[in-house]
Amino acid sequence: MGILVYAEHDNSTIKGATLNVVTAAAKIGGDITVLVAGKGCGAAAEAAAKIAGVSKVLVADNDAYGHQLAENVADLVAELGKGYSHILIPATTTGKNFAPRVAALLDAEQISEIITVESADTFKRPIYAGNAIATVQSSDSVKVITVRATGFDAAAAEGGSASVEAVDVAKDAGVSSFVSEELAKSDRPELTAAKIVISGGRGMQNGENFEMLYKVADKLGAAVGASRAAVDAGFVPNDMQVGQTGKIVAPQLYIAVGISGAIQHLAGMKDSKVIVAINKDEEAPIFQVADYGLVADLFDAVPELEKQI
Amino acid sequence: MKVLVPIKRVVDYNVKVRVKADNSGVELANVKMAMNPFCEIAVEEAVRLKEKGVVTEIVAVTIGSKAAQEQLRTAMALGADRSILIETEEDAQPLAIAKALKAIVEKEQPQLVILGKQAIDGDNSQTGQMLAALTGMGQGTFASEVVVDGDKVKVTREVDGGFQTVELKLPAVITTDLRLNEPRYASLPNIMKAKKKPLDTVSAADLGVDFAPRTKTLKVEAPAARSAGIKVASVEELVSKLKNEAKVI
Ligand SMILES: Cc1cc2nc3c(=O)[nH]c(=O)nc-3n(C[C@H](O)[C@H](O)[C@H](O)COP(=O)(O)OP(=O)(O)OC[C@H]3O[C@@H](n4cnc5c(N)ncnc54)[C@H](O)[C@@H]3O)c2cc1C
Ligand SMILES: Cc1cc2nc3c(=O)[nH]c(=O)nc-3n(C[C@H](O)[C@H](O)[C@H](O)COP(=O)(O)OP(=O)(O)OC[C@H]3O[C@@H](n4cnc5c(N)ncnc54)[C@H](O)[C@@H]3O)c2cc1C
Repeated sequence: MGILVYAEHDNSTIKGATLNVVTAAAKIGGDITVLVAGKGCGAAAEAAAKIAGVSKVLVADNDAYGHQLAENVADLVAELGKGYSHILIPATTTGKNFAPRVAALLDAEQISEIITVESADTFKRPIYAGNAIATVQSSDSVKVITVRATGFDAAAAEGGSASVEAVDVAKDAGVSSFVSEELAKSDRPELTAAKIVISGGRGMQNGENFEMLYKVADKLGAAVGASRAAVDAGFVPNDMQVGQTGKIVAPQLYIAVGISGAIQHLAGMKDSKVIVAINKDEEAPIFQVADYGLVADLFDAVPELEKQI
Repeated sequence: MKVLVPIKRVVDYNVKVRVKADNSGVELANVKMAMNPFCEIAVEEAVRLKEKGVVTEIVAVTIGSKAAQEQLRTAMALGADRSILIETEEDAQPLAIAKALKAIVEKEQPQLVILGKQAIDGDNSQTGQMLAALTGMGQGTFASEVVVDGDKVKVTREVDGGFQTVELKLPAVITTDLRLNEPRYASLPNIMKAKKKPLDTVSAADLGVDFAPRTKTLKVEAPAARSAGIKVASVEELVSKLKNEAKVI
């Protein structure tokens, strides 16, 4: 039957999460087809064809898909997806936006944010902010699944030589239109792809003080994240939030600075390989998950850290 | 215009849930329950639209057991005008919930349906999008700003890279993100008034929706425990551990 993987991309390059989804597809087993839907997305399709393990790339290049509007993309994926046993979609904000629509159109119950593949119909997924892990078995004939990237290694971006096939299906539901977007620009690595993440919380006191974290990040090649409290207080933009309702990260090293360690924050980072906490309150719950805890005032410790690395 | 706000009764967000010893689920007996925080934001948004004169009636709806009446009363204390309980004891999945909500949408004909972006128990983040698909409506998920303008609504959405703004034809579905608004607290007089507001109960069977899940939960386990590591005395010791022991920098 085969597996359809939806590629996350920016029309020219494939986003990292797609590679993790390909690995999840390989674990399920079966021919892997990658769908690249966008506008002027030929280069992204070429890149998708090189991913190891992919046998075919479908390209839907049309105005209707330019901004990944859920209504249009879901109609496309639901139509193309009928012939597959599984439809795998990255659990990014783009994927989470349209995947449930696809499931509903196919009368399937979606399985959200799987972290393991137990068999072709059985998966593990976190519930209750990661405080419990459910093993679920689906009896739907087409399984619509979103994949949490941190649960799977990335497939090799090079080495494959899939065929590329254009699909001429234009779906414009006509109920929504794109107005504008405001995307943060940063030269630092993407939060969800970075090997090292350093995050600041309410303890940072203001946006200017985040400079201290940026300096450390630039020395380490790290991405910078934040707690919800820091985002809500306006220190930093929303795309930096790590947690149950923000981004899920699992880097090699996560450094939490001035973050207390609420369960909703832990939900986004507790699968990191090594966790460091810098907090002046030795009772802070973050120390319960930290491999290395430093009880110190961050305004002394962070500049010192920058000097020593 | 009328707004429909589907809300969900969940374990209070402050509770650290425990997995049951037999791995059949999480311990829900004697656990504090509350309205899903994202649903509170949905109710608040509806109330603000009413205060602005855009909305004339707010209907709250929930699918769940009798106990969920409590959350409907809370929604009415916060400003919903009336509410509907679709009663079931079944562990309904988002698809079935969306089908039940579709039946209510057909009956009530709201111009806007505002839901939470995710429920903090199932963490599925599906219901709103499914309802939108089943009714053919446009959707503005993860909303951080909602502006109704005639027969359209502009929704600014929180996305991975920042923000995206879309325009939807009404009727439309919106799901709320955390920063859309800060919900108010219900005042005592409003809690008293809410007791007199209408609360209709519909049985799930009457809607003709099959609530039996097709996804079976085989088991629920606690996540691999992460044990606390060590405390280091100085930045110097920290850097040395990261370099030589953990080898991550
Ligand atoms: C539905 C819902 C979803 C949520 N989703 C998320 C989410 O996705 N992500 C998230 O992060 N939160 C989320 N939260 C919020 C979460 O519950 C916490 O409120 C939040 O994580 C707290 O952020 P914080 O640790 O920065 O702030 P605080 O809890 O205020 O902690 C600040 C810490 O800084 C320390 N500190 C202060 N000054 C210094 C100093 N000079 N030096 C060293 N340490 C210092 C303090 O000791 C304290 O431990 C959510 C909440 C709800 C209800
Ligand atoms: C009594 C009961 C017990 C359950 N026990 C378990 C369990 O132990 N383990 C388990 O894995 N699953 C259980 N479930 C099922 C699980 O909670 C479903 O996943 C859930 O019903 C829908 O998923 P969600 O809330 O995560 O949806 P989401 O799509 O994340 O919800 C988003 C939004 O949809 C709306 N919404 C969702 N549900 C309802 C509703 N019922 N009524 C009105 N609006 C709603 C709300 O606005 C909500 O903010 C149970 C369900 C019920 C009713």
